[in-house]
Amino acid sequence: MTALLEADGLVKRFPATRSLFGRPTAFVRAVESVSFSVKAGETLALVGESGCGKSTVSRLALRLIEPDAGAIRFEGRDLLALTATELRAFRRKAQLIFQDPYASLNPRMTVGQVLAEPLALHNLVPASARRERVEQILRMVGLEPRVARRYPHEFSGGQRQRIAIARALAVEPKLIICDEPVSALDVSIRSQILNLLRDLQQRLGLAYIFVSHDLAVVKHIADRVAVMNLGQIVETAATDALFAAPRHPYTRALLSAIPVPKPQAKRSRIVLQGELPSALNPPTGCRFHSRCAYVVERCRVEGPALIADSTGHATACHRVAELPPADAVVPHDGGFSPALEKLVAAFSLSTEGPARGGVDIVSASPRAGA
Amino acid sequence: MSDAALPAIAAGADETLESPARRALRRLLKRKGAVAGLVVVAAFILLALLAPLVSPYDPVATSWTLVRKPPSPPHWFGTDELGRDILARVIYGARASLLAGLISVTIAMSIGVPLGLLAGYRGGFIDALISRITDAMLACPFLILAIALAAFLGPSLGNAMIAIGVSATPVFIRLTRAQVMGVKVEDYVEAARSIGNPPWRIAVMHILPNILPALLVQATLSIAAAIIAEAALSFLGLGQQPPAPSWGSMLNAAQRFLTNAPWMAVWPGLAIFLVVLSLNLVGDGLRDALDPRER
Repeated sequence: MTALLEADGLVKRFPATRSLFGRPTAFVRAVESVSFSVKAGETLALVGESGCGKSTVSRLALRLIEPDAGAIRFEGRDLLALTATELRAFRRKAQLIFQDPYASLNPRMTVGQVLAEPLALHNLVPASARRERVEQILRMVGLEPRVARRYPHEFSGGQRQRIAIARALAVEPKLIICDEPVSALDVSIRSQILNLLRDLQQRLGLAYIFVSHDLAVVKHIADRVAVMNLGQIVETAATDALFAAPRHPYTRALLSAIPVPKPQAKRSRIVLQGELPSALNPPTGCRFHSRCAYVVERCRVEGPALIADSTGHATACHRVAELPPADAVVPHDGGFSPALEKLVAAFSLSTEGPARGGVDIVSASPRAGA
Repeated sequence: MSDAALPAIAAGADETLESPARRALRRLLKRKGAVAGLVVVAAFILLALLAPLVSPYDPVATSWTLVRKPPSPPHWFGTDELGRDILARVIYGARASLLAGLISVTIAMSIGVPLGLLAGYRGGFIDALISRITDAMLACPFLILAIALAAFLGPSLGNAMIAIGVSATPVFIRLTRAQVMGVKVEDYVEAARSIGNPPWRIAVMHILPNILPALLVQATLSIAAAIIAEAALSFLGLGQQPPAPSWGSMLNAAQRFLTNAPWMAVWPGLAIFLVVLSLNLVGDGLRDALDPRER
């Protein structure tokens, strides 16, 4: 079956400095030849540290900003060939949820107006039935229909994010790009929103591109993961495979940074040395070579290609075959003292009921319970 | 799982609904200066509207027996050099002044705001073009530009309003453009784009309401400036034409008799002072009331 969204060799460079006549003289290379695809109903997570181009990729994929090179196909149609009018019509098929629910809702529109607008723009529901549809959407995201008359400033962060999700759902899209949808929320609210997203996915058959730097969340929600470093995808694999056996040195470093809720768990931390290189002047060859522990001469000259093995686990590293196994990165069962062991057991039992639907922090960390 | 969030929302739903506009009004009414300003402006507007009913005399009726009489019970504000009642002329003069303030600012906003929206939202060449023209107009002082334009158009109250309106336009272009550039990078504007709004709809429905507070404050202050400009133009003979009264032309007539008949200058001067001060108080109050950083 063909992919819902396919990005092929996306490139985006933002002008950083300009000459006297406004001609750009230097570029921030935000995204360099990024390719990925998402199938219907699937969740692809884009992970990486701040400034690696995750958000830029998500906006390129919706053509909210124009790529400098590459192709985007949605259901086989070339998005870059669409006219402005066709592009607006396409908007009902793919939506975006923002990181900051305090900034993503227009403070001068009531919730009802926010939700009715997409219905009117795409002529989805006749004017007389719009109110009813708005109430229906609100219920779908777990809000009371009567909140439609209120303004965004009257809601908490979690409620606002529900409203933002409701706005995205209003057009009945096939794909929703979630740009760090829970990182601005309290930990206690996160699980509610994540479970809402998962419920909606199951009920409506949505595909997600889930942009995040929170690996615990990614492990919980994603089917496949793409790891980005400095505007390039360095590794992509099914979530289980990636967390079980990360291949790229950068992925290993990321995974080793996940906190484990066991004080004496044994594992080796990989701490990256040196600054994150500037995207203005990225390193030659492999863009990770300046921080990589396994660097050889070839890495400095030649950029590695993203090569997939038979299972679809793709890695962009020259030395992927020679690297030591990743066992050390993923934490082993550590020494809980017997007393603590009992306490943990009791605690897990008592929270079992209410936490069933929530994000279980313990199990969301790699191998913590194993 | 979503049930967990419901009680909290239901509990909050009984609060009174308050739109941003209503909240701003409530905060405006808490400020004494602004309320005093509003009262004075409202009083002058009422006077201007009801001029034929409240005016004790015809403002243009002359009398050779009453030339330059000081304030007295039959003529509270005194009379001018042609024996006309000054109270009546101040009341009727409010019409010219308030109308000039209102209409010229309406002209300035109806040109300036769309151009500012266009420049700020589209950017690029159009922005550069509009901004350079604005810069050129701002290089010339407001009043000088208004006088030059009024002299070019010919002396009449209507032309004075057009001249003042055009001279006040660049301020609105620049303010709108700056505000748009601040708001258009907000997430909710990108969200509006991502749900498929056409550009004009984003500019008018999503950006404009959010920059309106700043425009409202500027409009209030500009009305005050326009009233002064109208008085200045009338003083120079470029605005309201005799014998119809306007505060500026009354001051012009009064300056020749300043030592003999100071009341001729005091009353129209006081009226200008009061209206302009009140409008500025209202503008300042609005600015504070609409400031989202304050509770």
